[in-house]
Amino acid sequence: MKGEDLCKSFEDEVILDDLSISVCHGELLAIIGPSGVGKTTLLRILNGLLPPDRGKVWLMDEVLKFENDSDLEARRKMALLSQEPFPLSKTVWDNVAYPLRLRDEDEVEERVTDALEHVNLLEMADRMANNLSSGELQRMAFARATVFEPKVLLLDEFTAHLDPYNITVLEDAVEWYVDEKNAAVVMVTHNLFQAKRISHTTALLLEKQIVERGKTEKIFEEPEDDRTQGFVNGEMVF
Amino acid sequence: MKEARKKLLVMLVVLVLITSGLIAWRITASEDVLRLATTTSTYDSGLLDEIIPHFEETYDVRVKIIAVGTKQALELGRRGDADVLLVHAPEMEEGFVEEGHGKYRYDVMYNEFVLVGPKDDPAGIEGMDDPTEAFEKVYDDQAIFCSRGDGSGTHIKEMNIWEKAGFDYNEIDDRDNEWYRSFGQGMGDTLRNAHELDAYTLTDEATYLSIKDEIDDLIIHVKNDSAMLNQYGVIPVNGAVHPELAEDFADWMISQEVQNMIDDYTEEGEKLFTANA
Amino acid sequence: MAADLLHVTLLSMFVSVSATLLASAMAVPLGTIMGLREFRGKEVVRTVTYTLYGFPPVVAGLLIYLMLSRQGPLGSLNLLFTPTAMILAQMVLVFPIVTGLTMSSVSEVAKDVKETAMTLGADRWQTAKTVLNEARIGVISAVMVGFGRAIAEVGAVIIVGGNIKWHTRVLTTAIVLETRRGNFEYALVLGVVLLSVALMVFLVLKRYQDKGIRI
Repeated sequence: MKGEDLCKSFEDEVILDDLSISVCHGELLAIIGPSGVGKTTLLRILNGLLPPDRGKVWLMDEVLKFENDSDLEARRKMALLSQEPFPLSKTVWDNVAYPLRLRDEDEVEERVTDALEHVNLLEMADRMANNLSSGELQRMAFARATVFEPKVLLLDEFTAHLDPYNITVLEDAVEWYVDEKNAAVVMVTHNLFQAKRISHTTALLLEKQIVERGKTEKIFEEPEDDRTQGFVNGEMVF
Repeated sequence: MKEARKKLLVMLVVLVLITSGLIAWRITASEDVLRLATTTSTYDSGLLDEIIPHFEETYDVRVKIIAVGTKQALELGRRGDADVLLVHAPEMEEGFVEEGHGKYRYDVMYNEFVLVGPKDDPAGIEGMDDPTEAFEKVYDDQAIFCSRGDGSGTHIKEMNIWEKAGFDYNEIDDRDNEWYRSFGQGMGDTLRNAHELDAYTLTDEATYLSIKDEIDDLIIHVKNDSAMLNQYGVIPVNGAVHPELAEDFADWMISQEVQNMIDDYTEEGEKLFTANA
Repeated sequence: MAADLLHVTLLSMFVSVSATLLASAMAVPLGTIMGLREFRGKEVVRTVTYTLYGFPPVVAGLLIYLMLSRQGPLGSLNLLFTPTAMILAQMVLVFPIVTGLTMSSVSEVAKDVKETAMTLGADRWQTAKTVLNEARIGVISAVMVGFGRAIAEVGAVIIVGGNIKWHTRVLTTAIVLETRRGNFEYALVLGVVLLSVALMVFLVLKRYQDKGIRI
């Protein structure tokens, strides 16, 4: 998955300027950066939800066209998990089964069961989704977003506000997913410890660009850019 | 997904079918229908519910009775939305025929208008012969008077009496005349209002008789069968859907058999109409 | 009288249920699309729709009458003074209500549901259905309000129907007639029957509200 020369502005404010980023199969890329810098925007562009002003997005060999349903096939190979997922007014089971039904796919029963097991949610399969705690909800959302085995998984601060137990379950699930399905995962996070824990590579989004990108240990221990150094030390960096 | 789309399409088709079925049924079923427009007071007397089934049987038709105000009935006739009229406003009816909307008109029956008012008769009009004099007295005493105010046959009669007594109706109907209350309602409601307000009002005798018990504080003060006649007429409409049927109906209304039925018709023991074809 | 009452009640149900169903069949999809999409003049359309909530039934009746009158453009269809005319007149009243309220309910949930559905791989049609399903409480309420308007109105049906015994007399027009004749108690009884009919319909609709529709 590759985003090439992406530019995006909102109302005369340039958020992303000639930004390029790519991620490979089996790679878990963490994107870090200050609040409001455009990380969510970037994810939405990559997911095909938001058209960039300029630039292209590639999924494997296909360019996203951002026009109604013409990208449907491509979009169906990706999933986006936001910080506050929206539960559909159905049971947990039906929520997780939803993407499979959209695609008219088989083996719904096994796949949903598997997905729920991986996030420890199987006992709650019959609960109404709007009655879940935030941790349970996020776990359900994860199951829902991975049950159809997307090749690309985009995570937007998906464990922010969660307690340690849920963070652990979810991080384990992500790691399992990357390894088992050889998927590409882009994880936007504020939590530098999280980035260090599970990501293979890390990129710093700053000043409308990717300032630096490389293997996670390197970024944190021997970054090339001063700004990176400053950021990982917890300084305010512009 | 294709399944769902198909289901929706089927539903839409069914809906369209039902709608067109309804319309088609209506169109074909309009073969044997005679639309009779009459006034609410005529209809409420119950006479028509009694005699119309005989016509329906004899001629194998369905008669649809539409009961509205006099002027609305005439308008229905003008627009061809009714085939035959039975109203009680002779001057307007003659105009209707003259304008070419109606073929002709026959007298069918009559009853009387009466001037009713509170038992204690504050304006002292009891027993007067001349309605115009009675109206003058009401005006002078500023006694409360309820009017139908709706362009009905009764209202037109009322206006005529005011004019005959030398008044300009617009002045009577003026805002400043607090004693004159114009309701824009049917006869029954107007009578009930008069009952509530202890007021005088002009009414057709039939309606008065039929709700006499409800409005027991009102009694008849002035009754004069030459000056206050309420004449009913039947008019076959030009441009009716079934012109022969319309004329058949008019002929039927003045036939001896029906005239007898009209004379014999009573409600709560009171005879409401006198046949006079 | 019992046969009278039964006939009048059944006709009321037939006319108002048909009008509500037919109008909703068009209004719900339209309201959903309007709630989901942005388009030029959306505000204007929304305002006009809201204004039409207050469309006087008697005016709707008058307009349909003028169209169906022999002198009118659709006079040759001979629909005046028939239940069909009454259904048409009531559809005019129900349509803006169901459209507007659907639009409102859909707008409320639209953004979140749309995104969720799309990120999980729904195409436009599936997204619309998902949004509609999530908004179903509001949408079914819309249909209920529309039906309430239809079954309770008298101005439209009395003009286009004529309140003709056995043919176009419904509960509301019968109440007018009985009131005019001074039979107040019977008129109230008719009123109670009307409310019971409404209750029955609402209970049925409520089941759909709770259970929802499967994709």
